Amino acid sequence: MYFAVFFALLLGTGLTVFAATLDLGPFNAPVALGIATVKATLVALFFMHVWHASEKLTKLVVIAAIFFLMLLLGLTMSDYATRLWS
Amino acid sequence: MHDSSTTAVHEHHGEAHVAHNPALLHHFAEEQQQRNAASLGMWVFLATEVMFFGGLFCAYLVYRRWYFGDFAAASKSINMAMGATNTAVLICSSLTVVLAVWAAQTARRTLLIVSLILTMLLGMVFLGIKGIEYRDKFVEHHVPGASFSFENEPIPGHPGEYANPRHAQMFFSLYFVMTGLHALHMIIGLGIFTWLLIMAWKGRFSPEWHTPVEIGGLYWHFVDIVWIYLFPLLYLIDRHA
Repeated sequence: MYFAVFFALLLGTGLTVFAATLDLGPFNAPVALGIATVKATLVALFFMHVWHASEKLTKLVVIAAIFFLMLLLGLTMSDYATRLWS
Repeated sequence: MHDSSTTAVHEHHGEAHVAHNPALLHHFAEEQQQRNAASLGMWVFLATEVMFFGGLFCAYLVYRRWYFGDFAAASKSINMAMGATNTAVLICSSLTVVLAVWAAQTARRTLLIVSLILTMLLGMVFLGIKGIEYRDKFVEHHVPGASFSFENEPIPGHPGEYANPRHAQMFFSLYFVMTGLHALHMIIGLGIFTWLLIMAWKGRFSPEWHTPVEIGGLYWHFVDIVWIYLFPLLYLIDRHA
């Protein structure tokens, strides 16, 4: 099963590089980051054994880390994105 | 450090003591609880690392939004093939790490040692390629500082427009700090895995106790995840233009 995840990760990398060569307008960055998020999720769930974790608290800590990161990025970018409105 | 190579109960314990696996430390009720505690501890540390790198990612996103064209021009000058290769190298190393953990769980000492060595070799390949990339940046005067130079670099998709060197220098500052911090984590990871290799060689790990392999593996996977995000953000800005 680890090998399935491994090949999915390599596939995702190839897909990211390929998608970067296409002109997707404003969607190039979201596509690249979306694929990266899928890859990171696969690594976390299956390579880091979060999917089968027997301790619920582990999953909570993972979600908490992501939540606070999103808070940092989301609120900061919202601040800058909503400046210079006249 | 518990030596799990013996399965006898410690002689120096008193009578009011139920026989248990020597790998079980006394402040835990069960082995599964002890394993969970170790994993939880490492995950809490990784959560702090997420915020550590998160701050840099935040700074990067702010400046990228401000100076997108200049960042695109700067991104074009770093080697995408080497970045993609490094991504594949780290993904392979994550596979060898999972194999090492599985080998420890199933008492396969040879596979454990081979997997640990392969992981370290792949980590060194990653650092080697990174070194070549850094050298290229030094040669091209793209290292921020007194000798930085980024003149007449066209902005991709905007013919006739050239990148602002001061804005491009911001990209390279972020590039070197983010990949440098990541490389530092790789080096620390190599140190951790050297220690794991020595312990594995001495036969310290068993299916009952192989906690360092598991949590060392968690650390390595995290460093891989950071690179999975670094690669598209730094190397793939506007590559189609």
